[in-house]
Amino acid sequence: MLLADTAVPAWSWNLIADFQQMWSFPFMVNAFRAGAVTAVVSAVVGWFVVLRRQTFAAHTVSAVAFPGAAGAVLLGVSAVYGYFALCVAAALVIAALRGSGDHEESALTGTVQAFLLAAGFLFIALYKGLLEGPQTILFGTFLGITSTQVTVLTGVGIGVLAVLALIGRQLLFASIDPQVAAGRGVPVRALSVAFLVLLGAATAEASQITGTLLVFALMVIPAATAQNLTARPILSLALAVLLALAATWLGLTAAYYSPYPLGFFVTSFAFAGYVTARGMHALHTIRGRIRPSLPAKEVTA
Amino acid sequence: MTDLLAASPLSQPFFQHALLAGTAIAAACGLVGCFLVLRAQVFTGDALSHVAFTGAMAALAFGYDLRLGLFAATVAMALLFGTLGRKARPDDVVIGSVFSWILGLGAFFTTLYTTSRSTSNGTAGVSVLFGSIFGISAGRATVAALVALGVCLLVLLIARPLLFATLDEAVAAARGVPVRLLGYGFLALAGVSAAEAAQAVGSLLLLGLLAAPAGAAIRLTDRPYRALALSAALAVLEMWAGLFASYAVPTMPPSFAIMAAATAVYAATFLIRRPTTRTPTPARAGA
Repeated sequence: MLLADTAVPAWSWNLIADFQQMWSFPFMVNAFRAGAVTAVVSAVVGWFVVLRRQTFAAHTVSAVAFPGAAGAVLLGVSAVYGYFALCVAAALVIAALRGSGDHEESALTGTVQAFLLAAGFLFIALYKGLLEGPQTILFGTFLGITSTQVTVLTGVGIGVLAVLALIGRQLLFASIDPQVAAGRGVPVRALSVAFLVLLGAATAEASQITGTLLVFALMVIPAATAQNLTARPILSLALAVLLALAATWLGLTAAYYSPYPLGFFVTSFAFAGYVTARGMHALHTIRGRIRPSLPAKEVTA
Repeated sequence: MTDLLAASPLSQPFFQHALLAGTAIAAACGLVGCFLVLRAQVFTGDALSHVAFTGAMAALAFGYDLRLGLFAATVAMALLFGTLGRKARPDDVVIGSVFSWILGLGAFFTTLYTTSRSTSNGTAGVSVLFGSIFGISAGRATVAALVALGVCLLVLLIARPLLFATLDEAVAAARGVPVRLLGYGFLALAGVSAAEAAQAVGSLLLLGLLAAPAGAAIRLTDRPYRALALSAALAVLEMWAGLFASYAVPTMPPSFAIMAAATAVYAATFLIRRPTTRTPTPARAGA
């Protein structure tokens, strides 16, 4: 019932020939480069997202990349500016208005997200003739990534990682135990704002390749998998990066050799890893070796 | 010509259908959303909204009615989320991991749909994502309104025990309230109302219909029942404002107008000092 383009190249199990053929196209080489940068940055940022349980905020910030891109297209400027402007702006709005209770924060986040997505839809409606636009912005494409884009991505990625390395230790402290950290003089609130801005920059970067809806997958799933496998911070951080990289490159290869979208493959590979990790974890729990370490566990005596 | 049309939007059949379906859906979303906000489960609503997209695209790809996919996917996923967390309150990270994969699956079905059915138009995905309430037919509007009314009644029926279970789970459980069952029931209702709202404003934007009126109502009053009523009323008013505004300005999609009205009301609540306000709704229409 499905497919197919006859133009889709065939996968022969000769790996070297396959990769030579795939990398003979400059756009594929660029896609692999951009994918690597994106995977590393979003895995590191996502690791903190999972640790801080800020998945909703992360999802909102990543979703608003869509109006950013759509608005940039409408205004006729490069989509890159739109991505960065709106992601960072949404991060700032959430950071500025938050802190008034748990349930209010989630309502605020949801409203920001829905409104900006609606604004994106308005931009699309105003800019007629962008037939395939929304799907591409939402679900990503690896075609047509230019060398300039790769350079910009790398630059921003290095910036994000550098800032994160600078505040990483304190951020870890503030994430694990905010009260004690505040007591020890760590600027918890400032760190939280800084982290959201970093999150905005990282999602803006990643959404250019995976699409705005799926950038979230690249952030959360590898990090959640890694934190399921090990409790040691450095080890799980490294593992998250590795997993994200593997999912992205495998996804790119699969997307090249099939007619289906990149986002589907990246999320599927990442999610397969997550399910495996959860399964292993459950197996261990059944054996009674590892007690499930739930952070907010209520002790009922 | 536009003057003539704008003079009597209510005489247009498509507007009547949109108004009928929209009002019922908005009321249901206002009620469910209020509990979502109180229970700090808005993220679940967010996840359900994206699941709705995948369900609809899967149904389209396999040639079934779009609504079948919507309801099946959202209710099944809502119940799955219930099993993933303790006491039917799932963990955010688990939700995030699951639904981002579901979303990837949605992208897959979209491609399948657009490549396998040559007669189909490429904009079906867009209308699932962003809704097309003005395109709703008479039959679909009636069904949507009836389902939404059912959701409203069920929410009101379980409102009291659910509120108890929401505010103090341990005490409610000790007093014999079936906390777990209520959690599941509520998640299923949230799934149904997500599927309903997806038909009106689209799967990406239904979160606004769930979160914004409820968030505004909870900012305006501390009393839960009043918040519930206020949330439903605000949602309906915002839906009306959006529909009329979009009718008056045809370039503006109705989904955007509804979201804009909802966001404007929510933003307006930030201007009001929170405690001891008994002012009724500052119903600020977008038009």
